[in-house]
Amino acid sequence: MMKRNPLVLGHKTLKQITEDIVAPVETMPSKGWLGLFLSAKMLFIFYIITLALVVSTGMGLLGVNHPNGWGTMIITFVFWIGIGHAGTLISAILFLFRQKWRTSVARTAEAMTVFAVMTAGLFPLLHTGRPWLDFWLFPYPNQRGPLWVNFRSPLLWDVFAVSTYATVSMVFWYIGMVPDFATIRDRAKNKIRHTVYGILSLGWRGTAKNWSHYEMLYLLLAGLSAPLVLSVHTIVSFDFAVSNLPGWHTTIFPPYFVAGAIFSGFGMVVTLMTFVRIGFPEFKNYITLDHMEVMNKIIMTTGLMVGYAYASEFFVAWYSGNIYERAVFINRALGAYGWSYWVMVSCNVLIPQLFWFKKIRRSIPIMFVISIFVNIGMWFERFVITVTSLHHDFLPSNWGNYAWTMYDTAILVGSFGMFLTLFLLYLRVFPAISIAEIKPVKDVGYGGGQH
Amino acid sequence: MATIYKPGMAAIFETEEAILKAAHKVKEMGFKKFDAITPYPVHGMEEACGIQRSWIPYVAFVMGVFGCSSGWLLTWWTSAVNWPLNIGGKPFHSLPAFIPIMFELTILFSALSSVAALFYACGLPRVNPPIIHPDLTCHKFAIFIPRDDVGYDEGKIEGMFQALGASAIKRAEF
Repeated sequence: MMKRNPLVLGHKTLKQITEDIVAPVETMPSKGWLGLFLSAKMLFIFYIITLALVVSTGMGLLGVNHPNGWGTMIITFVFWIGIGHAGTLISAILFLFRQKWRTSVARTAEAMTVFAVMTAGLFPLLHTGRPWLDFWLFPYPNQRGPLWVNFRSPLLWDVFAVSTYATVSMVFWYIGMVPDFATIRDRAKNKIRHTVYGILSLGWRGTAKNWSHYEMLYLLLAGLSAPLVLSVHTIVSFDFAVSNLPGWHTTIFPPYFVAGAIFSGFGMVVTLMTFVRIGFPEFKNYITLDHMEVMNKIIMTTGLMVGYAYASEFFVAWYSGNIYERAVFINRALGAYGWSYWVMVSCNVLIPQLFWFKKIRRSIPIMFVISIFVNIGMWFERFVITVTSLHHDFLPSNWGNYAWTMYDTAILVGSFGMFLTLFLLYLRVFPAISIAEIKPVKDVGYGGGQH
Repeated sequence: MATIYKPGMAAIFETEEAILKAAHKVKEMGFKKFDAITPYPVHGMEEACGIQRSWIPYVAFVMGVFGCSSGWLLTWWTSAVNWPLNIGGKPFHSLPAFIPIMFELTILFSALSSVAALFYACGLPRVNPPIIHPDLTCHKFAIFIPRDDVGYDEGKIEGMFQALGASAIKRAEF
């Protein structure tokens, strides 16, 4: 039998595990964290001001206009939703596959999911142009007939998919933290912390009967989240695929989008985990190089999958014999936005192939740089899909370029401010690794823990 | 939720093996209402304490079916009955297009009611429940036998806990 590498380094005792993981919650923040937090918060404030300007002046501030009715907001929405998917994949699907290594990264990946979905969720709401009327998106009894929403529209499916996804992933994340909140509560020396975490823990006490129900619920939520996460990006891809536009109207979109989402999400997990490892050196014993290596392998594999999807799209465009389809794809690679297509291909397909080398898979600086490339490439993938299809459709008189403005840039950059502010706060307020889940796997690789 | 806490005897153990052995023994002694308190789910504890498989999956299934049918009812009633609109010549009751809604509502109802079921089953949320020892959510384990359990006898229980290697034995409310 092949020997397993330890999941937790340094022969930790149960007490040490608690102390290590709870330390960021119980100690004062370091200068590094404060610096990062203040910068992220500045960016967040800048983002809020930008959004306020866009909402008060109108969507005309952005480059969206005929024929490019969808622009930065939709591109960045798909980008952030995709990022979120890796978190659910790690926490739910890898849990169902009994991948024990997922334990130490699951909590933070799920946090990433929740914050990414929050960041993403704003975009379609603001993209309506009149966000104060967004309640029209939901089927509620009204005095206009009642005029109901159109349930045949993929955009409405998206409303249901994204709001269900946001709700279920938040609940899943919170339920996972309840026992850990109880741990912090019972350790608390000061009254405020005891009260706050006492409320958050819901009075959890960890009796065998409770754990039995709890584990069952966790399994159920994992089982429900797994098809949910696949459905969400499938439905996001339907927003495009159900239309008749060449370049969008393809059956490959659902699996292609899901693979891309997992790819980009793992890219983001690696980016964030390198930061977490630098910020909290003690976490290196929990988020080990082995963990990072496994995630890099997934990045490489899913990178090949999206590469296959890119190739397959071209093949089908040619094989279909449809002149519009062919024209769109030739234009995509060689037209006005050809550069963005090649940025996408190099970042998503070529650069991750470096992970074939073990040295590179296990080098923190190199994997950090590659993960940034993956993030850039995946944003450009959505840009390519949205803009190159819209700007060059059936009629030459209907062609036009996307008039990118500084507000587009501000919104794209600012959204990172929102995400990072939430994420940095999370690292200090919530236990960033699941204490109750890591304890049962602490002996894996030391000849024990073969549950 | 108002829960009445019961007085009884508690023993603290230091290791996972000790608590499993103790749980087995306490069950063998014929106690019915005892509970084991652990910082994480200990493998084999359900068998040791004789805990039945959780009933939450039934809630998940029934509410999933309910969510799915309410999704169907909602889309059918709004699109085909209450205010039918001709959209692109599609049938009023265009079931394939309603599947995403039905699916999402299945997941939503099933997930949220399973969580509600956990709250009910575990009596959550509790306001400031008594705890036997603060380390029980960190690195220690305990067995609690309430006073109203069959064959409750403090002297006998204390002896048994001592024989099992308990590091501390005390009267507690839980």
